[in-house]
Amino acid sequence: MNALHHFHGGIHPPSHKAESTQMPIAHAPLPSRLVVPFHQHAGEAAKPVVQVGDHVLKGQLIGLPDGFISSAVHAPTSGTIAAIDMQPVAHPSGLPNLCATLTPDGRDEWVARKPVDDYRSHSPAELQQLLRMAGVVGLGGAAFPTDIKLLIGKKKIDTLILNAAECEPFITCDDMLMRERAAEIVKGAEILCFMVDAGEVLIGIEDNKPEAITAMQQAVSDSGMNFEVVTIPTIYPGGGAKQLIRVLTGLEVPSGKLPTDIGVQCFNVATTYSVYRALAHGEPLLSRIVTVTGNVRQARNYEALIGTPIDGLVALSEVLQDSNGYIMGGPMMGIPLPDVHVPVVKATNCVIAASDKLFPPPPPALPCIRCTRCVEVCPADLQPQDLYWYAKARDFGKAQAYSLFDCIECGACSYVCPSHIPLVQYYRFAKSEIHAREKEKQSADSARERHEFHLHRIEREKREKAEKLAAKEKAAQAAKSAVEHSDAGVTR
Amino acid sequence: MLSALLVMAAIAIVLGAVLGFAAIKFRTEGNPLVDKIDAILPQTQCGQCSYPGCKPYATAIAAGEADINRCPPGGEEGIRKLADMLGVDFKPFGGDTNAPKPKSVAFIDESTCIGCTLCIQACPVDAISGAAKQMHTIIAAECTGCELCVAPCPVDCISMVVIEEKITSWKWKYPVYSLTTPA
Repeated sequence: MNALHHFHGGIHPPSHKAESTQMPIAHAPLPSRLVVPFHQHAGEAAKPVVQVGDHVLKGQLIGLPDGFISSAVHAPTSGTIAAIDMQPVAHPSGLPNLCATLTPDGRDEWVARKPVDDYRSHSPAELQQLLRMAGVVGLGGAAFPTDIKLLIGKKKIDTLILNAAECEPFITCDDMLMRERAAEIVKGAEILCFMVDAGEVLIGIEDNKPEAITAMQQAVSDSGMNFEVVTIPTIYPGGGAKQLIRVLTGLEVPSGKLPTDIGVQCFNVATTYSVYRALAHGEPLLSRIVTVTGNVRQARNYEALIGTPIDGLVALSEVLQDSNGYIMGGPMMGIPLPDVHVPVVKATNCVIAASDKLFPPPPPALPCIRCTRCVEVCPADLQPQDLYWYAKARDFGKAQAYSLFDCIECGACSYVCPSHIPLVQYYRFAKSEIHAREKEKQSADSARERHEFHLHRIEREKREKAEKLAAKEKAAQAAKSAVEHSDAGVTR
Repeated sequence: MLSALLVMAAIAIVLGAVLGFAAIKFRTEGNPLVDKIDAILPQTQCGQCSYPGCKPYATAIAAGEADINRCPPGGEEGIRKLADMLGVDFKPFGGDTNAPKPKSVAFIDESTCIGCTLCIQACPVDAISGAAKQMHTIIAAECTGCELCVAPCPVDCISMVVIEEKITSWKWKYPVYSLTTPA
């Protein structure tokens, strides 16, 4: 291992991780109702394959991947499908989305599982398909389908990175998972290493998790694999894929390119664990570790079934009286929950009970004074003050020219802004506006094409009709003259 | 004197030949300005501008015959873009032009439809499928919301349904917060 490298900028917010690492991971009790959204991953929503009233078993497929970037959804326990309808979900819009409501029968009866005994006897493509059908997606928060990340084509992967940095404050689900289930993570890494045929495997862990580092080192040496556990300095956002790659390898992922283009691929440790469970035990992704922390009596990590209502989950940790809302994810990149009745999804790594004491409301925003403190902390080497300027003026072309899409929305710029400007909100606004315009442009282009074809078709039909008419007339003329001729013959 | 004239004449012939060749080789078909304007227009083909489609309206704008504020589906932003490109002043909607409406798609009440095909003939983008005496239906993904199918329907079974915001089409809003100076 060479010396560690650095990425530009970064901040040191208070970590608040100790609160939720006092106790081992607990199993959340089976709720009386599970709400499983069909769209829990990046890409297209899964297509429902069950009907209301169906009895399903634990691990039974209820949503089929629909589209190239999509993933499967399964019943987290056995029971009856009570409804398939629009339910509130964890999304910044607060809009509902299609969900299956499952009433558990309490038996927790498994569907027939098909474990892969020896993954080495399968081709990577077969394993990818298994992961797709097992609904394995990135558990770091973005929920990108893992099988697509393993689709590397002809690219050569030199370095496989396990992302265990867990840089965002409050979140400890990966930390606890590594402390308790390190051996299974390492086995998952073996499978991933085989699938992408990686030259080396690096496991990057921030130095504020000494227990996890020890556990992972032990598991690696027990496995006899040539993996390397690398302790990296604690700095936010050191767990961003591009930032971690920079720290571990010194390589920079070029703008608009993927890590695989420079021979690196990165997976979260919890994802790696699910890969192992999915292949070695035939268990689809039915549950995940969720940190419940913030303004609660006993912060703790819970292994919760997908679809568990968040209100029931936070109640286990006893939310304090002065809480005024909930955040899903960390305080830097998380989203305020529109409704506490929403279910846990594959992307729910953490739920924070918020209070004014914990997160004081920001003072009123002041004008930008171009102090460039945001530039100093930006981990993507951008010019946040310029991006803000152009996003505010809705000059999206210029914002794009200033590499808006390389922004990872980490919130470091907003964190240090002395004028308390909600910078990331502007970037998100600009990004979604640009996406919407691209979509509009596409539909306008397709409408133009269809209209042009429509005109062409009408023209052609007119012409054909005229030709037909002319031909008919000609035939009639010919027939008439023939009749006249024969008439003439008869009279003669 | 004579040599100077000959040199000048020779240069003139050569340059003329080059220009003549370029005029043939790099000839542009149609009016490029029309295409540029057409690219800004929303392609609903609704005819609310009083021209029979987006391209004819673009042609009229390019010829200076039509105002830039006659396209309700394009919205004020469309007018701004046209004004920017043509170097003219922004003009608000007004006069006989309809006000912009939220984006919608046509919907056929299939139990009322008698299968007369009149709407199919009216649709400028062929987004209605069906045949004579067969039930018709809108291909919603291709419908531009032009409303041209509504009027011809003899049994009034076509209604315009406003497209509701869904999670997949939701956009982050422009940040609104108080920008105050401390007293």
